[in-house]
Amino acid sequence: MSSPPVLRIERLRKTYGDRTVLRDLDLTVEAHDVVCLIGASGSGKSTLLRCIDLLEPTQDGTIWFEGQDVSDPRVDARAVRKRIGVVFQAYNLFPHLTVLDNVMLAPRKVHGLSADQARARATELLEQFGLADKADAHPDRLSGGQQQRAAVVRALATSPSLLLLDEVTAALDPLLVGEVLEILRRLAEQGTTMVLATHEMGFARDVATKVCFLDDGCVLEEGSPAAMFSAPREQRTRQFLRRIL
Amino acid sequence: MADWRPSEAQQQRLVVARRMHRRSSLLASASAVVFFAVVALALVSSPGWPTVRATFFDWSQAVEAWPDVVEGFWVNVRLFLLAEPLILLLGLAVAAVRVSRSPVLVPLRMIAIGYTDLFRGLPTILVVFLVCFGVPALQLQGVTTSLFWLALVALVLSYGAYVAEVFRAGIESVHPSQVASATALGLSNAQTLRHVVVPQAVRRVLPPLLNDFISLQKDTALVATVGLLDALGTASDAANYSFNFTPYLVAAALFVALTVPLARLTDWLGRRAMQRERAGVP
Ligand SMILES: Nc1ncnc2c1ncn2[C@@H]1O[C@H](COP(=O)(O)OP(=O)(O)O)[C@@H](O)[C@H]1O
Ligand SMILES: [Mg+2]
Repeated sequence: MSSPPVLRIERLRKTYGDRTVLRDLDLTVEAHDVVCLIGASGSGKSTLLRCIDLLEPTQDGTIWFEGQDVSDPRVDARAVRKRIGVVFQAYNLFPHLTVLDNVMLAPRKVHGLSADQARARATELLEQFGLADKADAHPDRLSGGQQQRAAVVRALATSPSLLLLDEVTAALDPLLVGEVLEILRRLAEQGTTMVLATHEMGFARDVATKVCFLDDGCVLEEGSPAAMFSAPREQRTRQFLRRIL
Repeated sequence: MADWRPSEAQQQRLVVARRMHRRSSLLASASAVVFFAVVALALVSSPGWPTVRATFFDWSQAVEAWPDVVEGFWVNVRLFLLAEPLILLLGLAVAAVRVSRSPVLVPLRMIAIGYTDLFRGLPTILVVFLVCFGVPALQLQGVTTSLFWLALVALVLSYGAYVAEVFRAGIESVHPSQVASATALGLSNAQTLRHVVVPQAVRRVLPPLLNDFISLQKDTALVATVGLLDALGTASDAANYSFNFTPYLVAAALFVALTVPLARLTDWLGRRAMQRERAGVP
């Protein structure tokens, strides 16, 4: 293990006004890790993901991304975000653009690819994820599952070194959850480094390399999925798992 | 499905439905004819009608005034066609400055706020007066004294403030997660505005914008108050000359003829936008 972890977070603190949402949070993500953040609604999963992508200012603690301290106010946040892909729970795609244009936007405008290069890359990815026939459709013509798959493809188009996924199946019809989890599974097999907030415990058990239980703004317990699901140490973790499983 | 035939019952229903439809259209036509006939009769049989007809509906006066009023109306059309794109540009620029968070743009933002506050408060006719009479009085070197161009500037200034607020409302109605998605992709604030927010905002505010343009079309007649010979100006000249008001009616007809198609277009776009909104909910 010579290369630094992709992501290392130490004693992260995030407050909204006088409300502390993340407190002394530690998290390490190695290359090819699939880290599942689990925890009750309101425990701070979304906030953590937003802080990692520098979409929110933090109040204390340090985030290292690929060895660089990105908590430093002099860091160019855009340069960091260029190397991180994000998929939110819903409303990801830009409704006025076709699926292809959605996928091509960042490679062209942010990474400076030519239209032809961007189109070639986007078309290849859309094909790979079974969306080739939707390339010229607008998002409102897609099912919820197709929309989220397209959002994943868009996040992958710039070859990020870390993929953040915030409950990407939570807003979906149960019948459509499977197709989205399926492509995440494939990404995991290909070695994509991911951090995902999820309530899909079956997926976490199968795919995660590490499961972190967030409780009241900090990682109360973490471990391999086998350990976390069969023998959680903390009382609160046991309570949560009993309620959700 | 190719060999589907409407059932016996369905065929019966269709016959009944067709009969009911025929009856209701007949009723609608009949009631319209009766209504307008009564109105026309009331008008024509009113005691003042002969005088009104002579002063407002004098065909020979209409024919005589027509060439001048049409030529004057061309001024309105030109004002409208030139002002419209300028207003759009100004409005969009002002709205973009107002929503930007860049520290460099702070002075511009203050100017933009002052501008919208001032010009939304001022009656358009006052702006026309102030610009058309005030600017030439300053005797500035190199600034036009042509009433046409000054009037154009006045209309653009007055309507730009309205349109800027319409755009701003549209920009602020775009879902915040769209901005978050764009930011997460690494787009700068300006790129987010340009590629994500403004295109969605424009689609959304197109119907209200067109509504503002219908009212601009009418307000081009305000230039007559500073002596520009537009449709109203020429009509008023002709009316003063002949003591007959028919030329005003000619001008009115021309304005209406231009406004009605735009109004229909606005309705259509509004309906389409609404359907899109409903279909677009994920
Ligand atoms: N913009 C905000 N302003 C104030 N409080 C917020 C904001 N965003 C999130 N919170 C609060 O932070 C806590 C954690 O929220 P969140 O990260 O969304 O949790 P989770 O994703 O685990 O459900 C919640 O109590 C929520 O109310
Ligand atoms: Mg959340």
